[in-house]
Amino acid sequence: MTSDNRLAGLDKSLLSGREYVGASRIDGPLIYMRNTHPIGFGELVECIDSAGRRRTGQVLDTSTEAVVVQLFEGTSGLTLPGTRMRFMGEPLTLPVSEQMLGRVLNGLGHPRDGGSLPRGEDELDVNGLPINPTAREYPRDFIQTGISVIDGLTTLIQGQKLPIFSGNGLPHNQLAAQIARQAKVLAESQEFAIVFAAMGVKYDVARFFIDSFEESGVLENVALFLSLADDPSIERTITPRTALTLAEHLAFTKGKHVLVIMTDMTNYCESLREISTLRGEIPSRKGYPGYLYSNLAELYERSGKILGRDGSITQLPILTMPNDDIGHPIPDLTGYITEGQIVFDREMHGRGIYPPVNGLPSLSRLMKDGIGEGMTRADHPHLANQLFASYSHVKDVRNLASVIGEEELTSLDHQYLEFGNFFEKKFVSQSFTENRSIEQTLDLGWKALAELPAEELQRVTDEEIEGHYGR
Amino acid sequence: MPQRIVGQVKRVNGPVITIQGITDAMMMELVHVGEQLLVGELVKLDGMEAVVQVYEDATGIAPGDNVYGTGLPLSVELGPGLMGTIYDGIQRPLERLRELGGDFMRRGIGSPSIDRSKLWNFSPSVGIGDMVVPGQPVGVVQENERIGHKILVPPVLTGTGPYTVIEIASEGSFPVEQTICTVEDSGKERQQFSMMQRWPIRVPRPVADRRPLSIPLITGQRVIDMLFPLAKGGTVAIPGGFGTGKTMTQHAIAQWCDADIIVYIGCGERGNEMTDVLREFPHLIDPRTGRSLMERTILIANTSNMPVSAREASIYTGITLAEYYRDQGYHVAVMADSTSRWAEALRELSGRMEEMPAEEGFPAYLPTRIAEFYERAGYMTTLGQQEGSVSIIGAVSPPGGDFSEPVTQHTKRFVRCFWGLDRALASARHYPAISWLDSYSEYVSEVAPWWETQGESSWVESRAEIMELLQREVRLQQIVKLVGPDALPDSQNFILEVCSLFKTAFLQQNAFDDIDRYSTVGKQIRMLQLILSYWHLGSEAISKGVTMVKLRRMKVVQEIARMRFSVSNENLEELDRIALRLERSMSQLGGIYDER
Ligand SMILES: Nc1ncnc2c1ncn2[C@@H]1O[C@H](COP(=O)(O)OP(=O)(O)O)[C@@H](O)[C@H]1O
Ligand SMILES: [Mg+2]
Repeated sequence: MTSDNRLAGLDKSLLSGREYVGASRIDGPLIYMRNTHPIGFGELVECIDSAGRRRTGQVLDTSTEAVVVQLFEGTSGLTLPGTRMRFMGEPLTLPVSEQMLGRVLNGLGHPRDGGSLPRGEDELDVNGLPINPTAREYPRDFIQTGISVIDGLTTLIQGQKLPIFSGNGLPHNQLAAQIARQAKVLAESQEFAIVFAAMGVKYDVARFFIDSFEESGVLENVALFLSLADDPSIERTITPRTALTLAEHLAFTKGKHVLVIMTDMTNYCESLREISTLRGEIPSRKGYPGYLYSNLAELYERSGKILGRDGSITQLPILTMPNDDIGHPIPDLTGYITEGQIVFDREMHGRGIYPPVNGLPSLSRLMKDGIGEGMTRADHPHLANQLFASYSHVKDVRNLASVIGEEELTSLDHQYLEFGNFFEKKFVSQSFTENRSIEQTLDLGWKALAELPAEELQRVTDEEIEGHYGR
Repeated sequence: MPQRIVGQVKRVNGPVITIQGITDAMMMELVHVGEQLLVGELVKLDGMEAVVQVYEDATGIAPGDNVYGTGLPLSVELGPGLMGTIYDGIQRPLERLRELGGDFMRRGIGSPSIDRSKLWNFSPSVGIGDMVVPGQPVGVVQENERIGHKILVPPVLTGTGPYTVIEIASEGSFPVEQTICTVEDSGKERQQFSMMQRWPIRVPRPVADRRPLSIPLITGQRVIDMLFPLAKGGTVAIPGGFGTGKTMTQHAIAQWCDADIIVYIGCGERGNEMTDVLREFPHLIDPRTGRSLMERTILIANTSNMPVSAREASIYTGITLAEYYRDQGYHVAVMADSTSRWAEALRELSGRMEEMPAEEGFPAYLPTRIAEFYERAGYMTTLGQQEGSVSIIGAVSPPGGDFSEPVTQHTKRFVRCFWGLDRALASARHYPAISWLDSYSEYVSEVAPWWETQGESSWVESRAEIMELLQREVRLQQIVKLVGPDALPDSQNFILEVCSLFKTAFLQQNAFDDIDRYSTVGKQIRMLQLILSYWHLGSEAISKGVTMVKLRRMKVVQEIARMRFSVSNENLEELDRIALRLERSMSQLGGIYDER
């Protein structure tokens, strides 16, 4: 033990809660303290400033020499001598209860709406615990969102994590709100409970969602965790954890189907990068910490279903791709963890297509077990394959046309162009309020294919052509 | 409760813990940290200090906490009861952990990897007075209906041989820790062993000899078996951006390949993917044995949200289990999904130890570690003079799908086969998205003699022919992109036509279709020959003046396009009938022109 630490070696459980006065260094959201008793890694910290205001923090690094604490409410206004710290000897927890539905909370789960804190039914570690893979139930229940390009081609499954890869100024909030409003599991009567986590977005965005939930009359079924653009950036690093802790309680203890909307994951990652840089860690790509993948996985993997429990957590994270670059570390690492992605296309948006979802890079990895006979319709798997295959050919034809001119194209290629137009304008496009049934979606898909000669349709069977083509 | 204290915690930085006051701790020693007894491994010794990486979440560990030594390196338990089990990265049985700790992974819950109380029926294969060598079987346990688990003399014994059997259990049921054999060395020293052994995961198990590779690992995946074959004992990398099909390819191989045993390592990937294997494999029937696929499978699941240091260990845990079955004379295929997550775990741990990074933050020893891992593959003569192999199929997840990054590049140096996944193919839903232009296999000539022994000596030539067509297609496509297809004569347009048919009818393989998901060698080679004969006959017809439009309209072309779905592995005569119809249609078409 180093000599400057008199308290080291004493029983730490007896010392927890003890108050220390005076920090040795403050750097951004980080506070360094010396001469404390041995502090556990990840412990909850309560910090009291000279005005008596309390802030919550967590131990990031602990050694015989110093403790590094991150304060989720920022450090502004703190002084070195005037800072008092209490190490609580336990991890950061959230009191959770069903009463939190209908409430507006901050990133730490404290009420923002002026009311008092609901009484917790349980007190849970916000970091959660990994689900034992043997305890998972493989998700296979189809969620009808009423949006053709999703239901038909990148089907959402209950318990899936399916992010929206968007860009600045694209209508991802509209789409997320539309999904939240329209989502239903055909066999279930139960409504989704919604947990909404906002990280670093503007107040207008939060307002847009609140209004949209209000209009559809579901607001009392929504818990909002808001950590907005003008809140301390570090609060964003805890917000999704708090939100998911409530979601787990609602889903796995209360048996609810929970839809978690998290926006904007890019802001979350940037806050992580800030802390990492402050601590002088060796960065990997674009300055993001090497553990960004594991860190994101700790969030995204908190979704799914558990054997023998009724509820489910479906995640709909939203992220804006910096520079519209899908290869940027944030969308890239996200895509490596989530079960697919819905990718927005600025060019389609420019052509007035809503939702501007580009089907080709989009993917739902769980749709295979949730579609087809008895779930959506027997022809769905092959139809989806065929639409993808044909649409990818449209891109080739358009490229060719831009080189040699449309007049020079063969008549078959012209048919592909027609198909492409129908597909984008009639199948993908729909209004913000339009809620299509899965039958309508699939029938529309066949209508698009009717623009092509039957011999071109090699992903569907003869019987399917017989039953649906040109009808 | 372990009693030997090797030091006290000095600093906790995530999973990397510095300890001070080191007494007699050993490098690579398995330790327990704090009163929660978190499992860790001592990875660095420096004077009175040491670094431990812990395999569980370090929350609550504080400076001054004791670190307890076990005196053993991090090891796996080997013996009957491994097959069909799902473990985490340090071989904790996940089903058992769930019984003990519930649906979520709580910390500090341990359980032996192999059930101590279960009885296994042992039949000896040696008798008292027999001479044995290390690694030689002394008996067998029927681990399940399919796997005869050979009980081996431990590969490392003390003393010097020859060793004589002094006692051997007679046929009967025993728990794994009961002594079943006693041997005596030349100095009359006696040693006993049971049905269970331990082996340190970072040390390759010894073998007698490495043999040349000559037998393909048949995967049932056409693009692999026909174009880019893997040899038993070989190594292959599957790099690809997210969603290009790494996991599906590995699942398909794990399901249908002709290895005796599969070790599937889910290293830092999705929880639901492991659940998928766990739920699906027991119901899938191996076409070769008619038995459930789970009976030949061991799963290692250290998903992305489980501790990162256990992810680093999971790769070694898996390969050690594979070597153990190889030593019994089995052909084992190891899937590692994804080796990039393992490399990133190395990076994260190295960063926290404040080591100097080399490229993109990875430690300078990354290439050495990758090489050491792939070197553990091979076709071996075991110590007990049996033949066995370990093949490694490693997925690589390059950031941004860019193959120039360090993990892909270094992996490429140490594997001999490369299945590069192509984003554009995946977007067009051409699965498996294995690029026929970027991929290669150095095993082609080595496995060619095997094809002759199968009576399919045409494989080498057919393969070369179709590969050449695919190359020519690339050049033609460049022209078409500039001037359109009409500018090409039919003889060249027909190359495009045949290649396009080859892609949809042969290279694409739908893992979700009951018939298409797996093709026998017989089906594969006949399909290839059918397409080549369309090429030969069609070229001939075109040279006689038949137009391509006419060729394309032949009904039999539609049949070829759909044969992968319509003709099952049991019904190959149907392919011969299609071949006949092709010839007939062609001669009818050609005939019209001959008469002129
Ligand atoms: N052989 C195949 N047949 C059908 N679909 C496939 C095949 N390979 C990949 N896919 C599709 O691609 C998706 C992504 O594949 P996956 O193997 O999970 O990618 P990766 O592991 O590279 O991220 C799957 O969910 C599936 O829809
Ligand atoms: Mg994968």
